[in-house]
Amino acid sequence: MNEVIERALNVAQLRGATYADVRVVHRVEQALLVRNGVVQGISQIEDMGFGVRVIADGAWGFASSARLTVAEAERVAAQAVAIARASALFKKADVDIGPPVVQRGTYRTPIQVDPFAVPLEKKLEVLMAADAAMRAVRGIAATEAEMVFIRERKTFASTEGSWIEQEIVESGCGIEALAVGPDEVQRRSYPNSVGRHQMTRGWEFIEECDLPGNAPRIAEEAVALLSADPCPEAVTTVILGGSQVALQIHESCGHPIELDRVFGTEAAYAGTSFLTPEKLGAFRYGSEVVNITADATLPGGLGTFGWDDEGVPAQRVDIVKEGRFVGYMTSRETARQLLRLLGPSPYVTGLSNGTMRASGWNRIPLIRMTNVNLLPGTWRLEDLIADTDEGIFMDTNRSWSIDDKRLNFQFGCEIAWEIKGGKLTRMLKNPIYTGITPEFWRSCDAVCNADHWVIWGTPNCGKGQPPQLAHTGHGAAPARFRNVRVFSTR
Amino acid sequence: MLGEKQIREILEQALRASPADETELVLEARDSALTRFANNTIHQNVAEVNTEVAVRVVVGRRIGSAITNRLSAEDLRRAVEEAVALARLQPENAEFPGLPEPQPIPPAAAFDEAAAGATPEWRARAVGAVCRLAEGHGLNAAGALSTGLYEVAVANSKGVFAYHAGTEAHFTTVVMGEEGSGYAHRAAWRLEDLDVEALGRSAIDKALRIRNPRPIPPGVYPVVLEPYAVEDILSWLGYAGAGALAVQEGRSWMNDRIGRPVMSPLVTIWDDGRDPRGLPLPFDFEGVPRQRVVIVERGVPQGPVYDTITAAREGRPSTGHALPRARPQTASLGPLPLHLFMAPGEATLEEMIQQVDRGLYITRFWYTRLVHPRDCVLTGMTRDGVFWIEGGEIAYPVRNLRFTQGYVPALAGVRAVGRERWRLSEGFGCVVAPALLLEAFTFTGVTEF
Repeated sequence: MNEVIERALNVAQLRGATYADVRVVHRVEQALLVRNGVVQGISQIEDMGFGVRVIADGAWGFASSARLTVAEAERVAAQAVAIARASALFKKADVDIGPPVVQRGTYRTPIQVDPFAVPLEKKLEVLMAADAAMRAVRGIAATEAEMVFIRERKTFASTEGSWIEQEIVESGCGIEALAVGPDEVQRRSYPNSVGRHQMTRGWEFIEECDLPGNAPRIAEEAVALLSADPCPEAVTTVILGGSQVALQIHESCGHPIELDRVFGTEAAYAGTSFLTPEKLGAFRYGSEVVNITADATLPGGLGTFGWDDEGVPAQRVDIVKEGRFVGYMTSRETARQLLRLLGPSPYVTGLSNGTMRASGWNRIPLIRMTNVNLLPGTWRLEDLIADTDEGIFMDTNRSWSIDDKRLNFQFGCEIAWEIKGGKLTRMLKNPIYTGITPEFWRSCDAVCNADHWVIWGTPNCGKGQPPQLAHTGHGAAPARFRNVRVFSTR
Repeated sequence: MLGEKQIREILEQALRASPADETELVLEARDSALTRFANNTIHQNVAEVNTEVAVRVVVGRRIGSAITNRLSAEDLRRAVEEAVALARLQPENAEFPGLPEPQPIPPAAAFDEAAAGATPEWRARAVGAVCRLAEGHGLNAAGALSTGLYEVAVANSKGVFAYHAGTEAHFTTVVMGEEGSGYAHRAAWRLEDLDVEALGRSAIDKALRIRNPRPIPPGVYPVVLEPYAVEDILSWLGYAGAGALAVQEGRSWMNDRIGRPVMSPLVTIWDDGRDPRGLPLPFDFEGVPRQRVVIVERGVPQGPVYDTITAAREGRPSTGHALPRARPQTASLGPLPLHLFMAPGEATLEEMIQQVDRGLYITRFWYTRLVHPRDCVLTGMTRDGVFWIEGGEIAYPVRNLRFTQGYVPALAGVRAVGRERWRLSEGFGCVVAPALLLEAFTFTGVTEF
């Protein structure tokens, strides 16, 4: 493999590349899914290949292949340079990636129990037990239980002298119960919706989730929702559960701080951002209790690694400090663009903060969320509810939509409860809340403490063309927001 | 490109070596490239060669699967062995009907030498022309142009062997001005069917028409939808309810509506994986020939599409709409229609606008998500060109709105269908869609631009 890497770098330089990097990625994914008591499938997916990224004639080129041979390395490196030269036909300025980054080292996800060493029988036993517990609840029409385990080994090398080897291990799991009434369908999920919760941890994470232990509760809630009252239409106080806060961070903070979006390179697909550069350091994004970081060093986070896919070390970056917008997620190229635009400042260094990641060997790295976190506040959840005279507690995302500058959002949750006189009262179905991002975060007056803080994993963040799915993390605890518009679809 | 002969040899060798009772192999090969541009310059230019083989084995009624992107006989043998080992660990799947038997599969033309051979220079020049035009108008163009070829083959131990080679070319652009943007997109399998410059000009024209967009209050308005917005409606109707699994589980918009007139008689929707006006793939991922399935006829839902297992539950044959089954998360979606067509009408866009006294003209929807499955209720934003219609004419541009609307009730109020249809692929699969004039569409919010 080393010969493939060295030959690719060598050929790229011989063909005229002023910079080249090579990533070789070997990924193994094991997936298990039980549906309605039947094992839908157990699969083992092995994927391996390499990508060569170059700058030639001042423009980017990238080519990739699954054939790991020296001859293919030569072909792909030459193709990457030819593609860069085609890109250069319409360039406006040479690509500037700043000073060289020279890194050497290894990183491995620290895990207690290797999930690939756990027998499949044991994994199936957990899934079948959870599935059976859900189906035992009268009124449940469909159930699903799944696990996913990933081991990704990648080697990064560049013409600047970097050589980095990493092994990232992920474990994920989730269950879902569907109740169907005469004209109503209700779903409950655990630990999170849209399939699963996931972390860079081992089998110990799956055991901590205790899928069978939580299965009866969510199935009963799904059935109860069929006859619950709809969420009333009102402007009121809302307390969001931790996983919904995580989704809110992801959509309304994580995406708009991607500096490639800000500079327009995602405009035709993912959109742009309302957090334009002149706002950096000055804009009031949220209230004073809102503190947000992008932290790729958090143990267990789904966006945790040793180095990004440009060979830049993992970092912790302030994004919002006491409500003020103070930082972007950057790449080598966009960090230089920002420096040229704004000049140096406490918020602008011209150096990447290490957020470039590709979804595989056949994709170019893009700025992706690492672990974007709302830092814990001081409240216990019980005290926060007791402190709320009137409002609605919503939990677990059901639908999410936000405009292409990340301002107007509308999120639906699986379940809600009315808060009256400091107590959770009747269950409410089909709850939806909507707002404008900075107005919403400025209305946040309380965040729960570290006891309630979980690094939620999002294994399905889409961006880029060709499309890429990134794995991101979001540390979050329940939080309270005032004057929020809520309603229901039915 | 591997070619049918080599693929047949690879798959047949792997089938012969399998110790399972039944074995299925699905090979997908892709040689593709994409040129991406923004700020009127190319910022990303990529190419990929990859082949993936998905193995599904049956031992008794136990099923296991494995996927590899390594093609040597030894790698495939190992993948089959892994799948067999996984199958042996599983409980029996009592309702599994067995892998499909061979059926004749007439080929479908979908390969174009020009699309297969498009170079990075051709893509750069095509994109460059759009960027220069945009720049000449003081606008900012972004987008992507992709070209490539793919091969799909399905072989199983009961004698199925299906092979298809096709090409694809896609172009998308968003052209932005100070106060708004325009959009254009098309998919094709013949390069000559993709007029990149003309698409660029249409997006530029739209962007130039957006000056001082005004806010309008949320409410219920008649709408003229360009085919881009109609693609979203058809895609979601297909994804969220036109597959048999959703109907069998009672979570489809079709439940309790099959055979009843619930949409306008102007609405006829079908799926056809063989029609060259779409992006043909004549068989599904179980090697079953794709049937033309009418999903809605003159406003009346007719029924969903099937794969082998959902069809067996109802004692009927598969319609050839299986998704790849080796990945459990994909398999759990059940069968889906990925080649949707809507019947054209008689109206031009101008004639539809003339029929509206007070309403909205909408280019496309953005970030749409299912809020409730039974009426196929979606929320999403408008994007890249919204205009107020007054007295049968476009009056002025308006700011983007958020909608929350059931797509089934929306199609009950179709007043006119466009005569021209566009081949689009921004949703799930390929959709051939006309423009629509709808009586009422519910907008629940506004944004700041």
